[in-house]
Amino acid sequence: MTATLSLTVNGDPLRTAAATIAALVRELGLNPAKVAVEHNGAIAPRSTLEGVALADGDQLEIVHFVGGG
Amino acid sequence: MTDTATDSWTVAGQTFTSRLIVGTGKYKDFAQNAAAVEASGAEIVTVAVRRVNISDPSQPVLMDYIDPKKITYLPNTAGCFTAEDAIRTLRLAREAGGWELVKLEVLGEARTLYPNMVETIRACEVLANEGFKPMVYCTDDPIAAQQLEQAGAVAIMPLGAPIGSGLGIQNQVTIRLIVEGAKVPVLVDAGVGTASDAAVAMELGCDGVLMNTAIAEAKDPVRMARAMKLAVEAGRDAYLAGRMGRRKYADPSSPLAGLI
Repeated sequence: MTATLSLTVNGDPLRTAAATIAALVRELGLNPAKVAVEHNGAIAPRSTLEGVALADGDQLEIVHFVGGG
Repeated sequence: MTDTATDSWTVAGQTFTSRLIVGTGKYKDFAQNAAAVEASGAEIVTVAVRRVNISDPSQPVLMDYIDPKKITYLPNTAGCFTAEDAIRTLRLAREAGGWELVKLEVLGEARTLYPNMVETIRACEVLANEGFKPMVYCTDDPIAAQQLEQAGAVAIMPLGAPIGSGLGIQNQVTIRLIVEGAKVPVLVDAGVGTASDAAVAMELGCDGVLMNTAIAEAKDPVRMARAMKLAVEAGRDAYLAGRMGRRKYADPSSPLAGLI
């Protein structure tokens, strides 16, 4: 059985069964190629997103580009 | 005459033909934004870095309308009030896009959006040491501009007037002094309200102009984008052509000899 993790994603609590950052990003309906992820305060390089395991209590920021001046 | 096709400028080793950089904020929708970028001829657009909308991930995104393979994305740090926030934002931006050319701005207060130069210079040093190529929004202060260059700025981008004000270039003397003293490109960033303001910036010898609101808040943004393209080109040509000297009094253009 897959464990359910309690995370904080973009400031809000989130429960997930995703095992890796890439799996979480896809579960949220996002394309891992179009976002950047900060994992517990450090950049999670895109090339490692498939491999980085999530742990209970992890803090994530998922950002992308929006219009700006 | 200098061929406009050969008139290019180079920042951090990248060469561009268009001297107009446009923002991607405040537009009615992405389609209008994309049409304005097209009409402006800009090869670089500024973009902001923000949290994704987790509750509605199916919303359209900027990259669907403005292709980062065709137009250079220049990630900014708009909304950052400390060096740390700006550095964090640009580290994420580099990961999201893989670009080292970035726009650094560290603001001092919400009311004026005036740059905090102490924090800006500190952030510039850290970013340059991490391999970033920061184009830096700054005060129109020739000494601060020199300090930024020493801190690793690849372009100096003084404000012409407060962000979003559309007041035009308030201090032509300081902009000219920055241009004369800089070894890196100088672009007026912020304050342009209409086409003549952009032309003034270019006539002062700036390498380019960066603007957002002047286009986005025009009644017809696509037409204004085209006006800005032409103004930047006209101002650049006028600068290269070298303006006539100013006289205190009149000087007739028709010969005085042979008058009937």
